[in-house]
Amino acid sequence: MCGIVGLFLKDRALEPQLGSMLSEMLISLSDRGPDSAGIAIYGTPSGNEAKITIQSANPERDFRNLDADIAKAIGAPVSVAVKSTHAVVRTAPAKIDAVREAIQALRPDIRIMGAGDVVEIYKEVGLPETVVDRFDVRSMTGTHGIGHTRMATESAVTTMGAHPFSTGADQCLVHNGSLSNHNNVRRELIREGMKFETENDTEVAAAYLSSQMAHGKNLGEALEGTLSDLDGFFTFVVGTKNGFGVVRDPIACKPAVMAETNQYVAFGSEYRALTKLPGIDNARVWEPEPATVYFWEH
Amino acid sequence: MPAINVSKALDQSHASRVFDLAEMPLRGLNQALHDLTPGSNETAWEVLNPKGSHSVAVGVDQPVTIDVRGSVGYYCGGMNDGSAITVHGSAGPGVGENMMSGSITVKGDASQYAGATGRGGLLVIEGNASSRCGISMKGIDIVVHGNIGHMSAFMAQSGNLVVLGDAGDALGDSIYEARLFVRGKAGSLGADCIAKEMRPEHLALLQDLLDRAGVTGVKAAEFTRYGSARTLYNFNIDNADAY
Repeated sequence: MCGIVGLFLKDRALEPQLGSMLSEMLISLSDRGPDSAGIAIYGTPSGNEAKITIQSANPERDFRNLDADIAKAIGAPVSVAVKSTHAVVRTAPAKIDAVREAIQALRPDIRIMGAGDVVEIYKEVGLPETVVDRFDVRSMTGTHGIGHTRMATESAVTTMGAHPFSTGADQCLVHNGSLSNHNNVRRELIREGMKFETENDTEVAAAYLSSQMAHGKNLGEALEGTLSDLDGFFTFVVGTKNGFGVVRDPIACKPAVMAETNQYVAFGSEYRALTKLPGIDNARVWEPEPATVYFWEH
Repeated sequence: MPAINVSKALDQSHASRVFDLAEMPLRGLNQALHDLTPGSNETAWEVLNPKGSHSVAVGVDQPVTIDVRGSVGYYCGGMNDGSAITVHGSAGPGVGENMMSGSITVKGDASQYAGATGRGGLLVIEGNASSRCGISMKGIDIVVHGNIGHMSAFMAQSGNLVVLGDAGDALGDSIYEARLFVRGKAGSLGADCIAKEMRPEHLALLQDLLDRAGVTGVKAAEFTRYGSARTLYNFNIDNADAY
């Protein structure tokens, strides 16, 4: 099964509530997948900093003095905000690659969840409510976000196997379904120079989109490509720095419901996920068509 | 002890029995419906705040009316045997799955596989139905005021599917003896599904279905009938290479 949600705000007044709205949406779908859960939140752009979300199975050891150690290695200031097993490292945008290299050299057990100007990604084994509480997602503000609760079918139940998957700056993806040609596509993307952290099929879909966008396609065009290049069952919900997209495979057996008002565009695997949103009773609610790309940009 | 207001108590015995799913669990509703016995006076039921709940009013086997005020999730009215359910909202996947008799009316849209495997009764979707509407239907009548999605009536065995709008791709793939009436266009026809002549008995059958579904201003003659070419019924040795 799996449950996926997405929320793209049009009304800036709702931004302080993004984390709590998205959390409630995801928690309502807990029985679609109890294995692990994750959320990506796109914060308000500040213009002068970039962020890397990192994770460690031993946070007390790995995050201690990490800010000072990275600063010393790269010769520039960084900040590290720890949230349970995750931490967000902030630095100047020009230093982002240096910070990434320094983390890998200084703390080889740290895993990088994602990076970009605005995105923060939190994912762990456990129920959505546990994950949301652990990372205090409800208090997070932002412009848009996506979430996933997982019932694993084809790779291990681990933190790294949880969604969202991020394979490019400020890009991430959640997936309900399973891909059948992911090994082939992964090999092709590795040849292009893409790097993979897991054996997971969804990571391949994320990397495919990152590759397409790196070749100059916009989000809509990249999503269009999944219909011919990826084989299997999928409903994808995707976030970029300023965009939000949805696509379903042509068979479309994985469920999907969308709602749009003047204040937001929302996606849920089921209508249950949308019932607490403001103004839902008067929203335009529809089932996205198979093999049809939907996307919105700020 | 407060005095009992007899006239009020009598009124209430004839009023709807109201279940607010914001206040009580779904199992309470379904158990109360299953506890109904023939001849019960509790013939009118109302369900508030369904908010996408799964399995609302499944397996009801008494001729009661059930008004669901809002949208439901998976399998609303599944296995219905005699009750008249109205969903004042939209329905999730599998509304009326395996219905035996009675009726289900959805005022909004229905998600995939509406009326799947249904054996009897009438399912009316006043909005659109998505993919696989009437898949493997076995005697149910389905009337959709809007459009239906792809692979509808896949392996449909008997019963009638009426669509006032358009049908998606692969309509009636591998169909047996169900009748499909489409007023708009079909995206494409599935294997062994063909357009068929509309004879007087089909016009009469369709008109009766339209009347029972509350459809007005639409003539039976505006529809095209689709059904089985019956070329898949028997093994054809010339197809052996395909397996």
